[in-house]
Amino acid sequence: MAITYLDAIREAQARALEEDESVYIYGQDVAGFGGAFKATKGLAERFPGRVIDAPISEDAIVGSAIGAAIEGMRPIVEMQFADFSSIAFNQIVNQAATHFWRTGVSCPITIRLPSGGTEGSGPFHSQSLESIYAHYPGLIVMTPATVEDAYGMMLEAIRIDDPVIFCEHKLLYYHLKADALPKTILPVGKARIARAGRHATVVACSAMVHEALRAARELAEEGWEIEVVDLRSVKPIDTDTILASVARTGRLLAVGEGFPWGGMTSEIVSRVAAEGFHLLDAPPQRLNSKDTPIPYHPNLWRAHRPTWQSISAAARNLIRL
Amino acid sequence: MSHPTSNVAPLSADSPASQRERFVSAFGWMLLARTFEDKIAALYRAGKIVGGVYLGRGQEAFSAALGMQLNQAQGDIFSGLIRDQAGRMAFGELLIDSARTYLGSVEGPMRGRDGNIHRGRPRQGMPAMISHLGAMVSVVNGMLIAKRFRGERDVVGGATIGDGGTSTGAFHEGLNQAAIEKLPLVIAVADNQFAYSTPTSQQYACADLADRAIGYGIRGYSIDGTDLETCLETFSEAIARARSGEGPQLVVGKLLRLAGHGEHDDARYIPADMREKPYGADCVPMAQHRILEENWMSEDEIEEQVRITQDRVEEAVAKAQSEPDPNPFRESWHALATKHLAEGTIAMD
Repeated sequence: MAITYLDAIREAQARALEEDESVYIYGQDVAGFGGAFKATKGLAERFPGRVIDAPISEDAIVGSAIGAAIEGMRPIVEMQFADFSSIAFNQIVNQAATHFWRTGVSCPITIRLPSGGTEGSGPFHSQSLESIYAHYPGLIVMTPATVEDAYGMMLEAIRIDDPVIFCEHKLLYYHLKADALPKTILPVGKARIARAGRHATVVACSAMVHEALRAARELAEEGWEIEVVDLRSVKPIDTDTILASVARTGRLLAVGEGFPWGGMTSEIVSRVAAEGFHLLDAPPQRLNSKDTPIPYHPNLWRAHRPTWQSISAAARNLIRL
Repeated sequence: MSHPTSNVAPLSADSPASQRERFVSAFGWMLLARTFEDKIAALYRAGKIVGGVYLGRGQEAFSAALGMQLNQAQGDIFSGLIRDQAGRMAFGELLIDSARTYLGSVEGPMRGRDGNIHRGRPRQGMPAMISHLGAMVSVVNGMLIAKRFRGERDVVGGATIGDGGTSTGAFHEGLNQAAIEKLPLVIAVADNQFAYSTPTSQQYACADLADRAIGYGIRGYSIDGTDLETCLETFSEAIARARSGEGPQLVVGKLLRLAGHGEHDDARYIPADMREKPYGADCVPMAQHRILEENWMSEDEIEEQVRITQDRVEEAVAKAQSEPDPNPFRESWHALATKHLAEGTIAMD
């Protein structure tokens, strides 16, 4: 039986609820309705009283999760869309992220952000916010790209004693499938070589890993072997694996779905330039979405975000440099 | 003679003797807070304290009446903000922890990483405020939700805020959430006429902030926040109602901030005639006057208490000053409990 990325997230939450009575789920429409994307479908019935509908109050949703975590609970918060976490930004970055450092009391909350663009979703249901949250000390930012990681990293996120921003990509929810749930996964903080290659390294996370893999298949037909690094977590970022890959290929393209000013891809380029300058045969490159809000119409949206076509073009240019 | 100690049990005032004891005990906390804050302000002016100093002058009765009547040992919560020196100590914060946090001692709960009024011991029912107003309401809600999950009944959470803080979205979200979940929350709004320099006319347009309770479906109280007996009676009732399952209680106390926003602020924008209004009264001498009038303490006994209180404050400040400051070379410089996932960790020790 095929298991989707979304099933994996639901099953991981079910297992956490089963194994640890301090876990509960709080968010809009998560109880009887099962969540806007059905990531909590059936859980309210299986775990009565532990999957709770919240008012449309993102600040109070996260604030109360922080309070419960201080008291020893392990809340999972579902944001209906990553975009709406801006309302809870204060609680996330000023309360949750600072709490352990300030008080010595840990704050084990997991905030699930249905992230990234899909056709027709427009400016307020499409955002990729991993760079924003990675900027703040005290947060862990996970960006699973596979069904296996969606499951295993979700379980890890709940177990970790720190606030975790769990960026799950909406484009992967239904289409990404695996045969079974994993028994083990790589540790959090380790990147994965999604495809080996020798001519250039493409570093990506989440849905962009799949665009990069398709670009790599395209370029393989032209004789170029692209290595694709799946970051898995944006914070911590596995600089060692990135540098090791660049040591093999001599060329770097960092791809992110987020906006181009600063952020994850800049961080990757900066680290490689600072620590692996001698490994580079060409200037390191970045590819992000455009510097506009995310458009509604599919024609505009496809041109706005990096795709396998634009990654292929950028990789070809990089190899020619 | 009553002398403030930590963890005083809440006293019901159902007999004249207990009324006296409750009042005199609350006065002790007010006096301690006023004495300590006067000392802290003096240290600030002498350049011995960095950052800011924010005083609860004029709000001691309102703050102490809530903090004192909550029961820390029973699992209650008190979330104080910047003008709750009295309430924090009456609930159970140690005087030495207050001093340590202002002075940045590594022995304090914040260890120099945060300072002044940003302090707490969350595992002892005292969450540490952040500066963003309204944000602590939902945090207290969450602490109460956790206790409900664990089956801890009969606990109450107290949270304080000012008139300015009621204008935030976070306050609305938090209060609405508490009402929906019928949480045992007592919110104390010190309507102190100014948010920094902004008068209440630019803060809210309703006749009385307590009227907002109707909109949340909760009980509201509008009281004279300068009168200790009124504050004690009202919070006693509000806490009892919250404890018995009646849901959130909104207590609005009208009073005047008898200081600047912080000690850097001379507050010349406060009209002089406001001090003459009933809400402009100073609760500390008022309470002392009542004690003498009722003959609950003699002048000599009060003088003795003032002296003992000053000694306690001097002792606490001297101790905090003698403790080590934080050392940047011994600091771990990572913000995660999960140490192996922290970036940029440099082992210094």
